[in-house]
Amino acid sequence: MKPLSQTLQYVAKLSRLDLNENELQNLSQQLQTILDFIDQLKKVDIANVTPTSYAVDITNVLREDLPITSFPLEKSLANAPRKKDSFFVVRKVID
Amino acid sequence: MELCDLTAHHLLSLLKTKEINAQQILDSISQRIKKVENQIKAFVRLDSNRFPVETINQHTITTSCEKILDGIPVAIKDNICTENFLTECCSQILQGFRPPYDATVITKLKEAGAIILAAKTNMDEFAFGSSTENSCFGPTRNPWDKTKVAGGSSGGSAAAVSASETILAIGSDTGGSIRQPACFCGVVGMKPTYGRVSRYGLIAFASSLDQIGPLAKDVHDCALLLQVIAGYDPKDSTTINIEVPNYIAALEKDIKGITIGIPKEYFVEGIDEEVKTIVYEAIEELKKLGATIKNVELKHTHYAVPVYYIIATAEASSNLARFDGVRYGLRLESENLISMYSKTRGRGFGAEVKRRILLGTFVLSHGYYDAYYLRAQKVRTLIKKDFEDVFKYVDCLVTPTSPTTAFAIGEKVNNPLQMYLSDIFTISANLAGVPAISLCCGFTKNKLPVGLQIIGKAFDEEMLFRVAHAYQMHTQWHKQKPPL
Amino acid sequence: MNINIQYEPVIGLEVHVQLKTQTKIFCGCRTDFGAPANSQICPVCLGLPGVLPVLNKIALKYAIKVGLALNCSIGELIRFDRKHYYYPDLPKNFQISQYELPVAKNGYLEISGNGNVKKIGIRRAHLEEDAGKLIHTNELTFIDYNRTGIPLLEIVTEPDIFSPEEAYEYLTTLKGIISYLDVSDCDMEKGSLRCDANISLRPKWTKQLGVKTEIKNLNSFKAVRDALTFEIKRQKELLEAEETIEQETRLWDEKKQRTFAMRSKEEAKDYRYFPEPDIPPVIITNQLLDEIRASIPELPKARMERFMREFNLNYADARQLTLEKNIADYAEERLKAYPKKDKKTVANWLIGPLTQEANQRGKNLSEIPVSADALCELIDLVENAKISNLAAKSVLTEMIDTGKNALTIVKEKNLIQISDESTLTKEVEQVLQENPQIILEYKKGKTNSIMFLVGQVMKKTNGKANPKLVQDMLRRRLENA
Repeated sequence: MKPLSQTLQYVAKLSRLDLNENELQNLSQQLQTILDFIDQLKKVDIANVTPTSYAVDITNVLREDLPITSFPLEKSLANAPRKKDSFFVVRKVID
Repeated sequence: MELCDLTAHHLLSLLKTKEINAQQILDSISQRIKKVENQIKAFVRLDSNRFPVETINQHTITTSCEKILDGIPVAIKDNICTENFLTECCSQILQGFRPPYDATVITKLKEAGAIILAAKTNMDEFAFGSSTENSCFGPTRNPWDKTKVAGGSSGGSAAAVSASETILAIGSDTGGSIRQPACFCGVVGMKPTYGRVSRYGLIAFASSLDQIGPLAKDVHDCALLLQVIAGYDPKDSTTINIEVPNYIAALEKDIKGITIGIPKEYFVEGIDEEVKTIVYEAIEELKKLGATIKNVELKHTHYAVPVYYIIATAEASSNLARFDGVRYGLRLESENLISMYSKTRGRGFGAEVKRRILLGTFVLSHGYYDAYYLRAQKVRTLIKKDFEDVFKYVDCLVTPTSPTTAFAIGEKVNNPLQMYLSDIFTISANLAGVPAISLCCGFTKNKLPVGLQIIGKAFDEEMLFRVAHAYQMHTQWHKQKPPL
Repeated sequence: MNINIQYEPVIGLEVHVQLKTQTKIFCGCRTDFGAPANSQICPVCLGLPGVLPVLNKIALKYAIKVGLALNCSIGELIRFDRKHYYYPDLPKNFQISQYELPVAKNGYLEISGNGNVKKIGIRRAHLEEDAGKLIHTNELTFIDYNRTGIPLLEIVTEPDIFSPEEAYEYLTTLKGIISYLDVSDCDMEKGSLRCDANISLRPKWTKQLGVKTEIKNLNSFKAVRDALTFEIKRQKELLEAEETIEQETRLWDEKKQRTFAMRSKEEAKDYRYFPEPDIPPVIITNQLLDEIRASIPELPKARMERFMREFNLNYADARQLTLEKNIADYAEERLKAYPKKDKKTVANWLIGPLTQEANQRGKNLSEIPVSADALCELIDLVENAKISNLAAKSVLTEMIDTGKNALTIVKEKNLIQISDESTLTKEVEQVLQENPQIILEYKKGKTNSIMFLVGQVMKKTNGKANPKLVQDMLRRRLENA
């Protein structure tokens, strides 16, 4: 396994979190403790157990294909940190 | 006793007979807030000098008393969307966010005639925490002892009810976030069955565990509030499309002949001796009321905390990805897009949120999914099955809500794992999706409330109300007021 | 140098089809193309905090319909998953898609080149939500979320395609099937059908796959073919020079006719898929499958075979007329209305002049307003030698422009063919007198020069003379003279 600090940097990048050195160090320690704690799950026999993804067994919830009235523009854009005309705006994104 | 100290059902009867009017209730609440809020900090962004306190729908205050909650003030946790009123999850990243829509529970409360307070209740940032210390607005203090935490994450809601700064409150519970603060603050709080209350408009923490629920001064009020907010919602595919029973009617039934299970796993791990004794006394009381007590096993209880911290953080890392500064909330401009995202999120999220996002991202990332996430989901199946098996023989389970009473502010801030373990008795109900209620069952020598948890079968909240109400009818704990 | 190695391209295609539901996949916003920016959005498709998705029933049915038509097995239990990546066109920074339990998998599509049939494996077809649209200026990027949440069906092939032509054939055939199912506009210009291509080269003797590149920004089937042709050449040159091929995403530049690597450095993909907890799984019942199966119409291949059988058409004609549903419907109505047994003439009119008219007008053949009766009448006029072929084409143009019927136009313009020898004698004699040189050539054995004389007579009669008759008259005069 890779050292945790390296994994942590990868995961921080993946989750778009800027962390300073201090944070990295603290988090690295804390996460190590938590991961050690979590490791007790390795003791559980999970052979032939199906995973649970949903809290209750509900299936087939479907909606009719009927249009609603969409939001007025002012409402949609009301919380935008930056907007112009009818658009949300960010600095230029390069492909 | 002021009006604000009364229960909703009591106030409703006074309203009905026209002895009081709704404005008087609001005024009484406002006076109490003015008097105690500075010490408690149950609310955020509240101008306590404003009189009466601002509400979202004051224009609807009437003299009529036709609807189920007409004129009753309700406080709302800061993670539930209220149209045009700030909803920030006590996080800097949602600074200034005014949702353009109401959560389904808000719509239902409005329809029921409730008066919704405009200031929201304090909480751990994004509901990540068990003490309300992770709020960007600072901690809420426990009305029973202001050096202690109010619990969390719905600490503000619990403290506000406890300190009579509101009549009723709404919270959310992902791993105990209603029940544990209710326990610490000596009030009643319920996490309904997953799928009983619409999550539409609840800013998601862990989608497969979150549930909105009521906090109140007694079980009757708790039932009343659940009656209003429960039910199928076409906007939430995970709500169940079955009729909501009459919870008030359920209160009438006694508990003779019902079987209560006592899971032994809840009386061993790290439990405070005083708490244990008080909970056993409560169990004795239930026995006296005619219930059969049966010792049972929930074998995988021990694994609930690690399973929870994998599943909850994984879902949280996903749910919180949307906070990127593009469409709402905080944005820190930067030279390129990735750096704008990282700086905005680096600044906008607090330490615990970062911790959980990182953990959650890690357990889902390439190469670790099977070892962590998938394994946790499988153990979740076993935990769920434990409950299914035991509910073949018992009508409900009784446990302590928390292994300890309210701990000191600052005590666990730097030890996340210790903090996580304070949810050890509440987490399983979320993993299994079953309902659970917490109510006060006594006080320690230090005058701190102890909580009794009753866990029921899926969609059988009636049983919980029935047992809890029977207990309150024969005890006086819920009538005690904190020394303010 | 590996100069003598024969390489074989291995191609896999990922096609995204926008399903033409009225509303988005997880909310009730409309899906109309070309609506003003950000006018078709709501809290759900904008991914605001607190919102939840609710699955559109029709989107699911359409997806199953395509899956069945592509001979796939349909999942008994299907589920949605979250696919995570950060991009400003994706409001939640995850896309609700399907990973482990897609709607359909393990199917195939039959394509044919020059009459040979080949099966292209369909690995999977899954539902997902579309992303928004970014508009770039020099300094800023503008975001329009109207497209966010439009239902997409992603159809992924096995790496079974071995040439750009096969890729083109696959796409044409797939588009035909989807148009028959009436579940998408399949309009690449509007983005309702999009295609990415994966391509690698391998030495012919091995089955092991080489390093692949993914090509994006392909805006037409032709672009797919051209880009693949370019990429094969590029990769071959690299391999022959013993250089390494980077596994990367490349964009097709239509103007420069080449692919180039994307400017921004790609991160390793780590999508962190996990089951979408907000959407309960869906059990696909046999009853639903039967219902959907019953709604699938006759598909292009079956219809082509029927056209060959019923109308006696050859493979090429039948295929061209059945590739698109609306064209096939249009053609069938006209083929059936024609009273004679040999329908070749009608097919020729449809594939020839009518298609030309459609192309010139930038329309689909099915939009050309010439009714079955009107077309039969026009063909009759030609068959009975009332008007010339040449005149008939201008009559057709006039019919489309004015909506008048053929006979009216022929009468108005006095286009009735002159098939009466006595009326033509004068012109024939004139032309013979004017062209002694040609007559000489003819007599020397250059019999083809008679056509020039025919042309001259046609000119003098404003194209109305029956050319067959004129030729006949001229020949008789020349032989007897």
